[in-house]
Parts: sequence; structure tokens; C-alpha cells
Amino acid sequence: MAWKHKHLLGLEELSREDIELILETAKSFKEVSSRDIKKVPALRGKTVVTLFFEASTRTRISFELAAKRLSADTLNIAVNVSSTSKGETLLDTARNIEAMNVDAMVVRHSSSGSVLLLAEGLKCSVVNAGDGCREHPTQALLDMFTLQEKFGRIEGLKVGIIGDILHSRVARSNIWGLTKLGAKVTVCGPATLMPRGIEALGVDVCYDLKKVLKQSDAVIALRLQKERQQDRFLPSMREYSRLFGINQAKLSEGSDHLIVMHPGPTNRGVELSADVADGKQSVILDQVTNGVAVRMAVLYLVLGTKT
Amino acid sequence: MAVIKVMDQEGIRRAVLRMAHEILEKNKGVDRLAFVGIRTRGVILAQRLKNAIKDIEGVDLPSGILDITLYRDDLTLVGSKPLVRETLIDFDITDMKIILVDDVFYTGRTIRAALNALVDFGRPSTIQLAVLVDRGHRELPIRADFVGKNIPTSKDQDVQVIFGESDGKIDEVIVEG
Repeated sequence: MAWKHKHLLGLEELSREDIELILETAKSFKEVSSRDIKKVPALRGKTVVTLFFEASTRTRISFELAAKRLSADTLNIAVNVSSTSKGETLLDTARNIEAMNVDAMVVRHSSSGSVLLLAEGLKCSVVNAGDGCREHPTQALLDMFTLQEKFGRIEGLKVGIIGDILHSRVARSNIWGLTKLGAKVTVCGPATLMPRGIEALGVDVCYDLKKVLKQSDAVIALRLQKERQQDRFLPSMREYSRLFGINQAKLSEGSDHLIVMHPGPTNRGVELSADVADGKQSVILDQVTNGVAVRMAVLYLVLGTKT
Repeated sequence: MAVIKVMDQEGIRRAVLRMAHEILEKNKGVDRLAFVGIRTRGVILAQRLKNAIKDIEGVDLPSGILDITLYRDDLTLVGSKPLVRETLIDFDITDMKIILVDDVFYTGRTIRAALNALVDFGRPSTIQLAVLVDRGHRELPIRADFVGKNIPTSKDQDVQVIFGESDGKIDEVIVEG
């Protein structure tokens, strides 16, 4: 099974075999991060730029560490200090960076589909680190890696995705990926934050959190994206938390092996109560650890592919 | 295309036994000795050497698995990336006498990669190389310490080691072309 993609724009366009190859490759890279010398020479001489038009700490650091552990050179560009604040277009900014012989660009942008525009307009590899409400493929990949690690499989797992489905690129990427790998996905959230027709992606919709917790092997609580809310989707944070926040009392009604995931950053007391976020069933920090391994696998694969 | 069998099952068994004795002789016993096999068939050969030493000395030596993919010097040249598999060395190699094991010894580039990979895990007191077949044509200044059989070949020939464990067939070494 050979990897054929120059870019990683989303999980929608990947096959089941592609996803399994990334997860398999990530296993080897997880071992690299556990060594005393956390570095292999696989991408020596390559340059990876992270270009972030939205705030991010975890994802950017994770990509940067991934590139560094593969011996690539890295450069981070944040939008507030770049030329786009002087009126330059996205594609012009990216082309100028690429003109300095960059091999891969890791991009986060608030517009859905922006990475597709870049992939068409650039010669280097483009890796999507989140584009608007569309996809965040590496987050879904690390979620799947974590699930595979905890359960030994993904096929047949029952996974609940809880919260703001409407604005969540994490939810979309996870739905594409998990359903391709044979998991049974149920999405759950307030009706105002549930996209019409989401069933067409092969998921069940449920508005009762307790029911989802009871039937699931794992739940992914999504961050309530306050920056995208503008106060019209929810009557109040308190109501959201009461109906869709996960606390220990609600969690204890689910099965013992149920694990709780969250892409971070967590709004404590909103999506998850503190005792759940820090509790035995939470794998949030494992997700962060696995994120580096998965991103190493992605950079390794896309950077070697000639088209 | 001609296919010549250069070693059969018995030949391989005797070569492995002799190499095990040579390893013990050169290292004066089993003290701080450990095997690291290079994926895929080096791992099997390492296991066999380990078993042979267990039979002779009654000591079960540590053994690890090395995947050298990430250390290859042609990674940027090959079209699609080769599959990376796990490296599994669950003991500290520092101050150990490491016997690095591979099936066929050819250009020496695999061994160069393996040496770089090994030193990322620690600082062994020595690294020695054991191979089942040495077919010549070195491109780097590397030599083997323990050799099952020297087989002179031309560069367009192909040497294949077949092990029951990995190939589901009877052990043999064949030269094609």
C-alpha cells in the first residue's frame, strides 16, 4: 500500500487504506518520541512552515515538534505580524513564502476551503491544520489513533460526538474518518447547533446526552466555539452546560470502559466538568501526546510523494 | 533466468550454529551481549542466533528489532515513502556488546543506517555485525564480523534468503539472474 497524496486537505478525500496507513506509520513515530534522543533524520534538509491565520497553541506546537523530530527546519508565521495585515491576499502571502523554497506549508485559516485554494496555487505540499468549519484532519487522525490504542480497533466502536456540530471542523473530519473505518457515530448537541441533513454523512442524530453516554464506547466533547457563536445559537452557557455538559454524575450512568476525549482547549465547567476532564476516563493528554506522532506520520508521508 | 540454490536448510542451520560459537568465542562468553536484528529477516536470524546461544550456554540474551527506514540515505530520492515499522529495543544498549544482525550484506548502506539508528538509543561498548550472506559490492567502508557464507555475485543478480518464519517455505538461499 503506497501513499499517493501530495497534500493532506481533509479526510473526505482519503480512502480507508490511506487512513490506516497514517495510523500504522504513526505507531513507529510514537516510539521515536519516547526515546532519549527524540530525533530521526528522515526529513533532513526539508523546510516546513506553519502559517496560522487563527489562534492556536497546541496544534501549532504539535506540528512544529513533529517537524523538528523528523529533522526538518521549521518556521512559524502568525497572521498578526505578517503582510496579510497590510492587505496582501492569502495566496500572495503563501506564494511569497513558497518562493523561498519551502517544502510544506501547514495552514490554519478561518475560511472553509482556503487550503484547497492554496493546494491548487502552490507547488509545495499543503497540510490542513483547520480550515473554517470544514475539516481538521490531523485532529481526527489523532482521535482515531487514540481510540485504536485504547480499544485495539475502530471497526464497530460506538462513538458519540457532543456539542457544537454546526461549527465544528473536528466533528466533520471525525465523521469522515470514523465512518470510513467502520465506527458507528452518533452526533449530539442543541438543535440550533445541529446541521440539517447531517444524517447523509452516515451518522445518527440524538438530542439526549444521557442516551448517547449509555450506548457509547467513547465520546468526543467539542469545544463550544464562543468566537463563532455571536449569542444567537444558545440561550445561555448555563443551559448548554446543564443539557450537554458532561459531569461525573452523567458519566457514571455510561459504561465503565467509556472514554472521554476533547480536542482542547477545554472550557472547564461548560463541555466537561473539572472532575471529568481530570478523571480516570479522560484521555485528553494521551490525545495531545499522540498528536505529535500522527503529525510526524503525515509530514513524513506527504513530503516524500512526487506527483 | 537462472535460479541457483546456494544454501539449503541444513547448510543454514550449520552456518547459524557456527556463527553462534564464533560470537561466543570472540566475546569470551555471554557477558553484556545482546542482539539487534534489522527488519525483516535480520530479526529472524537474530532470533535463531539467540536460540543457538541459549542451547549452548543456557543464557537467554536480550534481543531488539530495528527498523532503519527513517535513516535511509535515499529517502528523498524514492518516489513514494517506504512503510515505516516499529523499532522495538526494550533494553538499554549503553555499554552493551551489540551484535547487529542482517540477512544479506551488500552495499553496506543498510548497515550505515542501522549504525546511525543504534547510536540514537545509547552508546554501546562495541557493535559487531553478523550476516548470513555476504555478496560483496560494498559502497562504504564497512565489514562483517560473522558471516554465514561468502557468495560472489554480479550486481545484476538478486540474492534471496528465505526463512520459514517469514516466508512460509523451507529455509534456503537462492541467487537469481
